[in-house]
Amino acid sequence: MSGRVLVGVKRVIDYAVKIRVKADNTGVVTDGVKHSMNPFCEIAVEEAVKLKEKKLVKEVVAVSCGPQQSQETIRTALAMGADRGIHVEVSGKDYETLGPLQVSKIMAALAKKEDAQLIILGKQAIDDDCNQTGQMTAALLDWPQGTFASEVTLDGDKIKVVREIDGGLETIKINTPAVLTADLRLNTPRYATLPNIMKAKKKKIANVKPADLGVNLTSRLEVLKVEDPPQRQAGMKVETVEDLVGKLKEAGKV
Amino acid sequence: MWLYLTPSRRLLSLRRSLIQYRSITLENSARKAAVDKVISPFRSICGKDNVSLGEAIREQHGKDESVHRCRPPDVVVFPRCVEEVSALAKVCHDHNLPIIPFGTGTGLEGGVGAVQGGVCFSLRNMDQILNLHPEDFDVTVEPGVTRKALNAYLRDTGLWFPVDPGADASLCGMAATSASGTNAVRYGTMRENVMNLEVVLSNGTVIHTAGKGRRPRKTSAGYNLTNLFVGSEGTLGIITKTTLRLYGVPEAMVSAVCSFPSVQAAVDSTVQILQTGVPIARIEFLDDVMIDACNKFSSLSYPVTPTLFLEFHGSEHSLEEQVSTAEEITQSNEGSDFQWARDAETRNRLWKARHDAWYAAQALRPGCKAYSTDVCVPLSRLPQIIVETKKDLLESRLTGPIAGHVGDGNFHCLMVVDPNDPDELHQVHLFTERLARRALAMDGTCTGEHGVGLGKRVLLCEEVGPLAIQVMKGLKDSLDPRNLMNPGKILQRGEL
Repeated sequence: MSGRVLVGVKRVIDYAVKIRVKADNTGVVTDGVKHSMNPFCEIAVEEAVKLKEKKLVKEVVAVSCGPQQSQETIRTALAMGADRGIHVEVSGKDYETLGPLQVSKIMAALAKKEDAQLIILGKQAIDDDCNQTGQMTAALLDWPQGTFASEVTLDGDKIKVVREIDGGLETIKINTPAVLTADLRLNTPRYATLPNIMKAKKKKIANVKPADLGVNLTSRLEVLKVEDPPQRQAGMKVETVEDLVGKLKEAGKV
Repeated sequence: MWLYLTPSRRLLSLRRSLIQYRSITLENSARKAAVDKVISPFRSICGKDNVSLGEAIREQHGKDESVHRCRPPDVVVFPRCVEEVSALAKVCHDHNLPIIPFGTGTGLEGGVGAVQGGVCFSLRNMDQILNLHPEDFDVTVEPGVTRKALNAYLRDTGLWFPVDPGADASLCGMAATSASGTNAVRYGTMRENVMNLEVVLSNGTVIHTAGKGRRPRKTSAGYNLTNLFVGSEGTLGIITKTTLRLYGVPEAMVSAVCSFPSVQAAVDSTVQILQTGVPIARIEFLDDVMIDACNKFSSLSYPVTPTLFLEFHGSEHSLEEQVSTAEEITQSNEGSDFQWARDAETRNRLWKARHDAWYAAQALRPGCKAYSTDVCVPLSRLPQIIVETKKDLLESRLTGPIAGHVGDGNFHCLMVVDPNDPDELHQVHLFTERLARRALAMDGTCTGEHGVGLGKRVLLCEEVGPLAIQVMKGLKDSLDPRNLMNPGKILQRGEL
């Protein structure tokens, strides 16, 4: 039992930023825009660090796939309490087409290489809202998965996971090694403090290329167009119910 | 109020009112003509969509969270940058139209009421966080940036802006009202934490109070213009940028609660904790009426007696020391039921009573509104003023649970009053005046955090005296000779 946890962290546009579509409709504006760690990834890191503080796991490794700037995201995870980082270098065209399938292949390869006991990911990223990476990673590794976790309890070599589902809460028990994805109510992530940020600068971040892991990054998806949602039309006031019905008929709604 | 005058006084007052009414009506029609003339220049400066004459928009911008009634402006403009603010101000200046800056409308003293109509400058479109310097612990923000938005932005840097007045207020608005908050005892108020301001004066001139872009940690260069504008409540200029002092996020926090047999015991503990040099972050007092309300509202079971809520910030080691020193002190003052918590969830539960105080007070009498008083006295006078105030509350048969930032000598009576009962409203009004005068008699101030606004102008005169008021008037005249900047606030009509 290595007691090692891999946590995936993704660098995304900060949740408070107003997103703007690029003039050529190929994507959204990312230049000069504030980026930060995906909020669900923050929750994943917090959970891993909590497990380490409870001495239920031995080492927390933060992983991020992306260009040079992804290292900043790994540093934030280190400041929150992760022990070391792995930066999988993906840039240029490969980065533009990087999606859950490629990332899950990378995570699976790393899990084997690092002999990980547990993988914790955010349930989804706030830029693509895919909600697929955790599930695909589990499938590739043939590991059980506890997704949308709002409570995680380690119980010997099993894990009890309370999942948030449409009907309410579902409790499952899965074997380790396993993949978990963090939902909103799992915990409240800690703020990075200055002393921890300074300590994080000394922690190691290893550089790895996808090819070293034997992963092919080719995407099967092609983005055709990105556009704004339609502008909201002004409303219209009517005086009577008859007017209302008349207008609805005109618009072909009734 | 009129009914309380004698018949002859009523006649005189009536005549004066009629004359005032005539001159106000003349003013009104002159103003309405001016407003019509400026709409078109406004539109060409900030765009058609950013000039609003709509009734709902004007009403939204004529009131804040106080009990003062809505006084809508004639028009609301939404400038997008300081150049637009300056151009719009010039137009207002040329047409003698009042200018009222508006941040988030979360003030508590009616500061945004357009008592003479005019133009409300809603600054919410200027929402950029500029020039963050983490190594220098400073950042510059525009008026549309609120306190929570800034702290969310800073979360990865290990820094935060600790001044916390409760509401998610505009930081420039907080500078304009010299806001404070629950952790002023450790981190100070806006006065200590604003390093520089960009201000647009009534004639459109743009100045930087400490020089453009400057942010040294200390300076002795010239008159302290920065702190002249801090707390000026929009009466001297429109704040369009503020440079703020940041602090490191505390490594760890511990919250504690302790009950006391008397107000004196609680305040004595506070004074002693401060005297031993414990860098306490928050020290909040709730009286027995308040605790009772909180118990009922949040289903808690704190002993119904004066209570202190404490919060400590620091490293793990220093926290142990701080908490144990504080506990010893409270015990020596007959404090009991000392509970403390380290993790976020338990801390929140411990402090829940304090967080819900406002709502708990209102829940004491459903259907009523709450008004908060705001006096501040030297620490040594706090037990006396609280005891006398509670006696006054009992005698006047008013509902006024007390919550206070005892570390600063500042406390609030949350007056719960039936808005449809003019007699009760009148009683509350008299009570708050007695309270303010009580505080003034004890070397204190009539407003520790909320500002003067509309309701405390008379008390301000009593507080600083006529000579200081003359100096204030001189400053106002020199910066705003036409009295266009937020008229009717801080200084009274007769003084201008």
